[in-house]
Amino acid sequence: MINQSNVLYIDLGRKSFYVKNRSDLFDKWLGGVGVALQLYKEEAVKSANPFDPGNTIVFAVGPLTNLYPLASKVVAVFKSPLTGNYGESHAGGRSATAIRSAGYGAIVIKGVSDRPIYLVISDKGVQFKDAATLWGMRSTFTVGRVLREALPGAGLRTIMRIGRAGEKLVRYACVITETYRHFGRMGLGAVFGSKKLKALIIHGKSSIYMPKIKIYRDTYDEVYKLAVKSGLMKKYHELGTSMNVLSINALGALPTRNLSEAKFEGAEQISGEDLAAKKLGRRVACSHCPIACIHLATIREPYPDEPYFYKTTFVSYDYELLYSLGSMLGISDTSGLLKLIDGVEVGGLDAISTGVVLAWATEAYKKGLIKLGDSLVDLDWGKADAYREAVKLIIDQPNEFYKALAMGVDYASKIYGGSEFALSFGGNEMPGYHTGPAAHIGYLIGSRHSHLDAAGYSIDQKIKNLSPQEIVDKLIEEESWRQILSSLVVCYFARGIYEPSIVKKALNALGYELDEERLKELGRRIYEDKQALKASEGFKPYELRFPERIFEVPTFHGSIDKNYMKAALEYYSQIFNEIIKKSSNLK
Amino acid sequence: MYLKLDAKLKRLVIIDAERCVGCQLCMFACSRRLGFAGLDKSAINVKSIGGFERGFTVVVCRACIDPPCLRACPVDALRARDGGGVLLDLSKCIGCRFCERACDIGAVFWDDSMNKPVICVHCGYCVNYCNFKVLGIEEMNS
Repeated sequence: MINQSNVLYIDLGRKSFYVKNRSDLFDKWLGGVGVALQLYKEEAVKSANPFDPGNTIVFAVGPLTNLYPLASKVVAVFKSPLTGNYGESHAGGRSATAIRSAGYGAIVIKGVSDRPIYLVISDKGVQFKDAATLWGMRSTFTVGRVLREALPGAGLRTIMRIGRAGEKLVRYACVITETYRHFGRMGLGAVFGSKKLKALIIHGKSSIYMPKIKIYRDTYDEVYKLAVKSGLMKKYHELGTSMNVLSINALGALPTRNLSEAKFEGAEQISGEDLAAKKLGRRVACSHCPIACIHLATIREPYPDEPYFYKTTFVSYDYELLYSLGSMLGISDTSGLLKLIDGVEVGGLDAISTGVVLAWATEAYKKGLIKLGDSLVDLDWGKADAYREAVKLIIDQPNEFYKALAMGVDYASKIYGGSEFALSFGGNEMPGYHTGPAAHIGYLIGSRHSHLDAAGYSIDQKIKNLSPQEIVDKLIEEESWRQILSSLVVCYFARGIYEPSIVKKALNALGYELDEERLKELGRRIYEDKQALKASEGFKPYELRFPERIFEVPTFHGSIDKNYMKAALEYYSQIFNEIIKKSSNLK
Repeated sequence: MYLKLDAKLKRLVIIDAERCVGCQLCMFACSRRLGFAGLDKSAINVKSIGGFERGFTVVVCRACIDPPCLRACPVDALRARDGGGVLLDLSKCIGCRFCERACDIGAVFWDDSMNKPVICVHCGYCVNYCNFKVLGIEEMNS
């Protein structure tokens, strides 16, 4: 079998590293999340606080990385400071190619540095570099530029970095890679910050000799043709994910003004169609992806003090950002929205969580739960400039209120009230789909409380009249299969291409003798292992709650029925308990 | 299916680097042509012009008629290719890197594992994987 099983172990406290071949893990668990989960279990200190030295970050790529198109992602596993439990986040850019090309299948980072550092990683190992100059730098763009110019490997490297949000331990700070891609959700940026780790630069260009070159080339061509000719990726190729704005809005599923409504009158202005026509400046791709779904808008701003002098800024937009920082905050002015997105990028925050936190804060402010003395700015729907100020305040945390906001919406609403309209699912802020019961059940029972765990929004749009049990079964089945996709590691946008039959073919060409049934079983095992890990870290399904707000705003399935949702949760708890029982019997 | 190696009198050209999205499929194709998966056998480099937002520089061999790399080789490992550019005789190459330094556009690449240059043979295999019409193949006069 062709796989890269070298694991790079880094200790930030001792500033030391070693490399070990872990073919035992890669043979059994493929790579990506399958392997990362096992490495996390081996290395992380059980029940460690997310900011303790015992918290461990694992990055992993998989057997398809560098070998097939669209295998462009890295999986990061860590303990989330936002939910206090299992954290997982995926990103593209050049990170996957760089890790594989430097000769590694996974990188494990533990310990805490005594002072700010960044790491330069290659096939020769790790350099521990002083980050005192970079620490506190206002903009993540500047950090990227400095490192780009100072270090080798142009075109063959990834530059992952955190912003001030990560340094200041905002619980939903992200890690930015190649300026426009993110390990966005669940606060990996804050874990970096707690470890005093400002950036990771990984470069390399190794290759693997392919013994069965003809089969490999033929399979490659099959995947490539599916990617560029079949229409499966058309949506991402053309307008990108922002194409969803109008369709989700037409369904009455676009959360607006903290989900007080699900239809946004400004949807047209913030739609993919409108942005492409008026603002789209460039499209770029992750390494080894022929689709180029990354859409960069331009903002052209005149300098007020100098005639004929302009600043042009590029801003990456996607559906989730247009929802969380657009409709959710009632912003339809595209220039204001793009500047707000830019502000979130500059500081290094997760866009979804930031938008949901600000939407809750606005409603709480309007309801008098918080005062101007707390919010310091007059939070009001549609006022992008005020939100831009608030983003800076979340990072700076000048008072108790912003300290609370920096902890996430769940925490803030427990202090200030307004839990019923705090859109948190298992401690993670809500993604942009109010499509019906499957979406919301999916957020709550998904391992990382993300819409990408099992895409409940897609079930809502395709099937009607499912029983609560049927929905839970479908979500778990989908999440289990996605464990394979994120072990390979392929981009979820390419899930229509990487159907079980193609995955089998792609792996067979590399010498794996896995059939579709065994792949599905392995997916289920990884899923179950994840639940067992969550349970051992204190996750209790019966403590899960749906935010009241989702019951108040009808979906195109009608109003969501509380008893229906309760039945789904009870059924899920039962399955969860069976998994835990089974896994403790295995031990 | 995509493999085309009748490279004589053809030249790989950049049609429009502004259309490049930085996907690097051409780079992967180049190594795959030689039976490898990865990047270190590739005679193309795609790198951002100081950040993805500025676009990309696509470095390929220009198939010079009077190639500086050829003149720099002290051991005659490079010989002129019909229609421009050079062909490499690996058995003669001593890995001195003079050719690499002689190429001002950086189109002589280096295979670190073999310590030998990687020279574009203008086969056009990479063109088949450029979904954005950045790369093309051009007929040349002898």
